[in-house]
Amino acid sequence: MQRVSGLLSWTLSRVLWLSGLSEPGAARQPRIMEEKALEVYDLIRTIRDPEKPSTLEELEVVSESCVEVQEINEEEYLVIIRFTPTVPHCSLATLIGLCLRVKLQRCLPFKHKLEIYISEGTHSTEEDINKQINDKERVAAAMENPNLREIVEQCVLEPD
Amino acid sequence: MKDSLVLLGRVPAHPDSRCWFLAWNPAGTLLASCGGDRRIRIWGTEGDSWICKSVISEGHQRTVRKVAWSPCGNYLASASFDATTCIWKKNQDDFECVTTLEGHENEVKSVAWAPSGNLLATCSRDKSVWVWEVDEEDEYECVSVLNSHTQDVKHVVWHPSQELLASASYDDTVKLYREEEDDWVCCATLEGHESTVWSLAFDPSGQRLASCSDDRTVRIWRQYLPGNEQGVACSGSDPSWKCVCTLSGFHSRTIYDIAWCQLTGALATACGDDAIRVFEEDPNSDPQQPTFSLTAHLHQAHSQDVNCVAWNPKEPGLLASCSDDGEVAFWKYQRPEGL
Repeated sequence: MQRVSGLLSWTLSRVLWLSGLSEPGAARQPRIMEEKALEVYDLIRTIRDPEKPSTLEELEVVSESCVEVQEINEEEYLVIIRFTPTVPHCSLATLIGLCLRVKLQRCLPFKHKLEIYISEGTHSTEEDINKQINDKERVAAAMENPNLREIVEQCVLEPD
Repeated sequence: MKDSLVLLGRVPAHPDSRCWFLAWNPAGTLLASCGGDRRIRIWGTEGDSWICKSVISEGHQRTVRKVAWSPCGNYLASASFDATTCIWKKNQDDFECVTTLEGHENEVKSVAWAPSGNLLATCSRDKSVWVWEVDEEDEYECVSVLNSHTQDVKHVVWHPSQELLASASYDDTVKLYREEEDDWVCCATLEGHESTVWSLAFDPSGQRLASCSDDRTVRIWRQYLPGNEQGVACSGSDPSWKCVCTLSGFHSRTIYDIAWCQLTGALATACGDDAIRVFEEDPNSDPQQPTFSLTAHLHQAHSQDVNCVAWNPKEPGLLASCSDDGEVAFWKYQRPEGL
């Protein structure tokens, strides 16, 4: 009986030791995601609000915690952004969504898929807006509208 | 399963842009591609490789979203974000614009020719589907404006042998239309998808319709005629359509296109996860509850979203695909052994 329990505790400690070894590997994952999220945030924080002379960061439309990065495979990441529009105005929220998408499409150096959402409970028609800003055909057509394009270009222009 | 789809070649069809759609001509000798660069390119084979035989660079002011060949193969229609549809007449390697169809309020998302060659359908973000009639003098006349959908209409496709039209929409539904006493009416609405329906394809018999969606599923719908054996209720003389199969758990992102091979019955999908998949119906499948198996799954078929897949109408197993990366790829599909 004693031998069996001795064997059991030996096995248990071995399992713990092995999982202890795998800890550093597991810890690497969140750090890479954090780095990637920061890369994304650095690109979006300087985007200007379409109406006010401030950045999305200054207006708290985006924050570090609003960016989530997940690994799809070794070379590709899923980037999820949840932004908080300043006013419940539909077209403005859509416009901000458009700016976020265009900036990242152009400037994010790593291979990614992008999902943009209005943070829950901040808008009455958030489902409608989320659907539009994640429909790439609608986004492409919007960017071919010269007036819309001009506004977006002004908002994503890198500060001097 | 990787070997069931083999790459034959790639061409940079719309460099620095995205390629949105492809269409084989009825003879299967030419492939038309269109894209965000506002151009249409016609590809043909020269020995073992694919070369660009013609470029249509004038005609549209914005993205060309879809192209479609007429059943006779002499005309090509192009649908554009500039709200127009152009009809091009083929004269060897030259294409001449014979007319520009106007009327939609904003982006035209799709165009399709009926098998008779006398009818054309277009659809738009303006939520409408238009039916056009063509006469012997190449004159086009709009004969119906259908406002059944409540949102952006993404795709239209005709039944392979009947004058039955199907449309797919951002309102998450599929609608069917037919002619009734000199006017076109919506005769069925297929509900079930939980997000935008991007594309549609009829099976070779026309008895089934496949739809693909942003909800990452493919649905197979079957037509039931009035008085059918299975006891599926029909309203009046209109057939009913019932969803008989849902393929879920296979695609990890939006499915942009679906193509049903008219020669072999194989079903191909174009997905936003950069992959191409092929499904085949199981041999002893119950027609009222068919089952499909995944017979090919090619990861990284392209380096970005796959927007379109198109089976060659004459050569079984020859598949073309295109992507946001601007490339067109050609594949040979072979049904795996032991299935």
